[in-house]
Amino acid sequence: MRIEHLTAWLDERLSISTLAAMVQKKEVPLHRHSIWYYFGGMTLFLFAVQVVTGILLLLYYRPSSEGAFESVQFIITEVKFGWLIRSIHSWSANLMIATLFIHMFSVFFLRAYYPPREITWISGVLLLFIVICFGFSGYLLPWNKLAFFATKVGTEIVGVIPIVGRPMLRFLRGGNDVTGATLTRFFGFHVAVLPATATVLIAIHVLLVQLHGMSVPPSLAEQSVKKMKFVPNFLLRDLIGWILAIGVLAALAALFPWELGEKADAFAPAPAGIKPEWYFLFMFQTLKLLPAKIWRFDGEVIGIMAFNFVALLLFIVPFVDRSPQNARRRLAFNLIGIVALLFIVGMTIVGYVT
Amino acid sequence: MGDIARERRGENPGYPERPGTSRRRFLDYLLGTSAIATLGAIVYPIFRFMSPPQVIESTENSVVAAKLNEVPVNSGKIFKFGNKPGILVRTSAGELKALSAVCTHLECIVQYRPDTKQIWCACHNGQYNLSGKNIGGPPPRPLEEFKVNTRGDDIVVTRS
Repeated sequence: MRIEHLTAWLDERLSISTLAAMVQKKEVPLHRHSIWYYFGGMTLFLFAVQVVTGILLLLYYRPSSEGAFESVQFIITEVKFGWLIRSIHSWSANLMIATLFIHMFSVFFLRAYYPPREITWISGVLLLFIVICFGFSGYLLPWNKLAFFATKVGTEIVGVIPIVGRPMLRFLRGGNDVTGATLTRFFGFHVAVLPATATVLIAIHVLLVQLHGMSVPPSLAEQSVKKMKFVPNFLLRDLIGWILAIGVLAALAALFPWELGEKADAFAPAPAGIKPEWYFLFMFQTLKLLPAKIWRFDGEVIGIMAFNFVALLLFIVPFVDRSPQNARRRLAFNLIGIVALLFIVGMTIVGYVT
Repeated sequence: MGDIARERRGENPGYPERPGTSRRRFLDYLLGTSAIATLGAIVYPIFRFMSPPQVIESTENSVVAAKLNEVPVNSGKIFKFGNKPGILVRTSAGELKALSAVCTHLECIVQYRPDTKQIWCACHNGQYNLSGKNIGGPPPRPLEEFKVNTRGDDIVVTRS
């Protein structure tokens, strides 16, 4: 069969031309803030790297307290390029969280959540939490000492939330303590529940971006902004970024291979200087600095509740700040954003140096 | 006027298509080979990763398969020889035999049948005599036979 015939045959059944026309419609505004448009696509690319390397790791990984550590050890010492695949999975996860944060803050400061894009923002916030859950659950899977204690502390934090805390802790741990049961659960979340949820949310998120088009910051007049076709022009630019990302990942994996550490031991003391992953560090540091008692409540309970509250606030951002006309509110939101950013960066740095 | 603006109006952005031009051909060649090399650098590690590494097989040539009292007359016992199963048989005459327990047909694990006094594979009714020779059913080759010695109470099986 000739290729035109095949295309026509498929088109009749799948409406490829309609889809192609839809994709062709997408344009990327060109202005002085255009650089921020790269970070969403970069996050998506790194997610794809996670999916591919994650599936590869599944070929050898064994989710049990007896076998997990040894299987990762086997991957990085015996399996051809195992060290590479595993390191890329870890590094790409961290870079993805970094690009996701950049993406979120740029969307915040450029007001890309203004109507009609509220649901795009909400799906994005949900994806942020999903990605954090990915990080937290994946961290335990090598079953090393650091992961064991990080999970103990992290789930304990869930446990201090009033009323729902204890049942949630038991659900997460699969019992009262962090054991092999916890590992099995986290594995299930990490490779089934979270990927399925993330895939649906990403589809919604990307489709909504397609539907509403790329947001032009309200500070620029939309009519005067030049535009570039997404396919193929901007996509090719994205591609350059992704190729660079592969290079960076390979270099990081080769120069700074992700360590495996020592096997978890439920009867060994926590290693000295233990710290969470960098994206949890600002919360960890804040909790460390809070006094033991704030009025009549435990300091850590107040801190944890405050973080939960702020997380919930993220959802209502597009419903409170709705229009560029309200100048005072715009200023207030800029200030809130800057303070939040400075707080996160500041506490992370303090967490590192102390 | 920028190339992009012209492109948006459907005009050619000023690089006339001259397929024969050698510089263009050279650049296409560079781009193509780089793309292939990049793809190769990604696909090759993935491909190698997917093929499982050889697990070092136990090099032990001899193993204590059982105690003497564990194998009564006219019975058989499966034992671990490295990471493969072996079968130890005490014949009705009291003689000890050791063979590989992996059927040469489709690698099921064989057993000793006291009624027929033969080694039998339940999967496809393969039959071997007590020297491991394939005497009935689908097995194409005999079972590997091992040497048996007794050391005190222990039955020691050695690869011959």
